[in-house]
Amino acid sequence: MTLIYSLLAGVVFGAGLTISDMVNPARVLNFLDFAGHWDPTLMFVMAGGLAVTAIGYRVIFRRGSALTGESFQLPTQRQIDLPLVGGSALFGVGWGLAGICPGPALTDLVTLEPKVLVFVAAMLIGMIATALWRDKMRPMESAGRLVERI
Amino acid sequence: MTSFAPIPGLIGGVLIGLSAVILMLGIGRVAGISGIVANAMVGSDATDRPWRLAFILGLPLGAILVTALGLKDWSNVTFPATMTMTAIAGLFVGVGTTLGSGCTSGHGICGLSRLSNRSIVATATFMASGAATVFIVRHLI
Repeated sequence: MTLIYSLLAGVVFGAGLTISDMVNPARVLNFLDFAGHWDPTLMFVMAGGLAVTAIGYRVIFRRGSALTGESFQLPTQRQIDLPLVGGSALFGVGWGLAGICPGPALTDLVTLEPKVLVFVAAMLIGMIATALWRDKMRPMESAGRLVERI
Repeated sequence: MTSFAPIPGLIGGVLIGLSAVILMLGIGRVAGISGIVANAMVGSDATDRPWRLAFILGLPLGAILVTALGLKDWSNVTFPATMTMTAIAGLFVGVGTTLGSGCTSGHGICGLSRLSNRSIVATATFMASGAATVFIVRHLI
């Protein structure tokens, strides 16, 4: 059942990105272009998504667990730190350069457009490299903290 | 140029919200695409990978479904950035979302709807740096 729920969620997400034309980098760039012919469509996409998710989550969290019996897994970090802000700033620059973020990139694979293939490949390399680097840094960080405490 | 389309935008947004609801109600997970993708490749828990791959596979299938139903005209979909710029952008998006723990879906939809302070800061940051980048590329260079 887990796979059916997640496949269904992926299909509905991809359908939403397609119907709203968020799969169109030109439209996304026009949203980010406040000084040009501004296209506010993306704001309506976010408004629709936020309304449904905010209400839906509230109802769902009254349950003790998910339909499969899994517990709800939510991010527990609360701290605003440099990786959050710096990473988000870098993501925004990439988003502004091409008008593509991760969901539309994967959905746009159906176009077989070479730029989409290059974007997805570069994105996956960036993700893997960063995750491996972070995992390498983590033991060093905690070792450093240990030394400090001593 | 693209023309403002509030109704398709709202309908698409509702579907995206519905997807987040299905994933949370069904399997208890957040529909954050960058995290789903990154952890499908380098996650420490291998048993966790199949549902992530199923979700990723669903994205293009959703596009195919909408197109098959005659609800999508792809002729206006364009990729304005050059190939080199697109490659750099992809790298920045990959590194940035991994460091920043999320993208437009995870922070912008799931996190904001829970009023997570980290997601509010992340969303404001990438919206601002995205708009600044477009301003520089389109109006200054």
